[in-house]
Amino acid sequence: MTPRNIHEYLAEFDDIPGTRVYTARRARQGYHLNQFAMSLMKAENRERFKKDENAYLEEWPLTDDQKEAVLARDYNRMLDLGGNIYFLAKLFSTDGKSFQFAAGSMTGMTQEEYAAMMIGGGRSPEGNRSIKEGR
Amino acid sequence: MARITAGVTTSHIPAVGAAMDLGKTAEEYWKPVFAGYEWTREWEKEEKPDVVILVYNDHASAFDMKIIPTFAIGAAEQFPIADEGWGPRPIPPVIGHPDLAWHIAQCCILDEFDMTIINEMAVDHGLTVPMSLMFGQVEQWPVKVVPLAVNVVTYPPPSGNRCWMLGEAIARAVDSFPEDLNVQIWGTGGMSHQLQGPRAGLINKAFDTAFLNDLTADPERLRRMPHIEYLREAGSEGIELVMWLIMRGALGGKIKELHRHYHVPASNTAVGHMVLEPVA
Repeated sequence: MTPRNIHEYLAEFDDIPGTRVYTARRARQGYHLNQFAMSLMKAENRERFKKDENAYLEEWPLTDDQKEAVLARDYNRMLDLGGNIYFLAKLFSTDGKSFQFAAGSMTGMTQEEYAAMMIGGGRSPEGNRSIKEGR
Repeated sequence: MARITAGVTTSHIPAVGAAMDLGKTAEEYWKPVFAGYEWTREWEKEEKPDVVILVYNDHASAFDMKIIPTFAIGAAEQFPIADEGWGPRPIPPVIGHPDLAWHIAQCCILDEFDMTIINEMAVDHGLTVPMSLMFGQVEQWPVKVVPLAVNVVTYPPPSGNRCWMLGEAIARAVDSFPEDLNVQIWGTGGMSHQLQGPRAGLINKAFDTAFLNDLTADPERLRRMPHIEYLREAGSEGIELVMWLIMRGALGGKIKELHRHYHVPASNTAVGHMVLEPVA
């Protein structure tokens, strides 16, 4: 069963390799980052953002780290700073990029390598389940 | 009286909707994805459901971080198609069934499920891709829809057991609705996939196959499965599979599998689809 004790519940999340679970801590840290990304759902905001990214980002109470990560399109860093992938999707969509491009960019693979891995059946769960148990 | 006659599960991958909208379904990459839905389209034409209770999750379209409802039921007359960044999909608006939606909401609240009621809401690919897969490209949808949006984005999402129990409560609510309606319940999302971080692209066919099997063979195992197991085995977005358990709970004890489809990949994701029927 899913544990009812929140400490027990959260304890294992950091043991999953290469994964950031969107917990309350991340949701709070990334609130404005995600709301900024959400604002890009409106065409007029996308236009303003594209025209001057720095100026648009200044309108949001983001940390310098968050702004840098957005400007660099460093999605792993955005996740580390509280971003959620469904919100960040508004950013790569604004760039005209697909989910497969964005997901691939976080793995260190080229888009072609990543697409080929998916056609080959995807990334195996073997060795990717638990850091401490190495399984 | 209204009755739940069938359950349908399917993944709800945005690229699948785009492939349909852009006329790419006959391409080699997409052909095997869509082939598995042909049986269901014919079956739906025979079944002619009046209403679909469509369990899905919103992907930061209708709900942002301001409000995070765990279970939100859509009670509008009509639901517009969300603009997810490339303009809305070129499909008809989704027609609601406010009488049934409010009935389910009221019954579930008295049954101790504190539903959020949504009167205005755009629906995104989570809801519209399953509609397109089951009914194809149509001028207007052949069914009304009661959307049930589940939070599977911000942790904790509801437990599998809670989802199952909500499904049971929905079935009781449908049973007490006075109008004669043929109602289906769909659970969408999944199967294994991870869209984020260095582990993106994870696919676990063994997990997915066991999940599909156990919807009929051992649903109690699925009901008890903790979130951490979905995360480790099925990828961070594989947690969407808890939504299938709302459908499964609503179908009751014994069920029969009518159809199954499984294919890897569609974009980043394993496609899984089943049609299930309750056995009296």
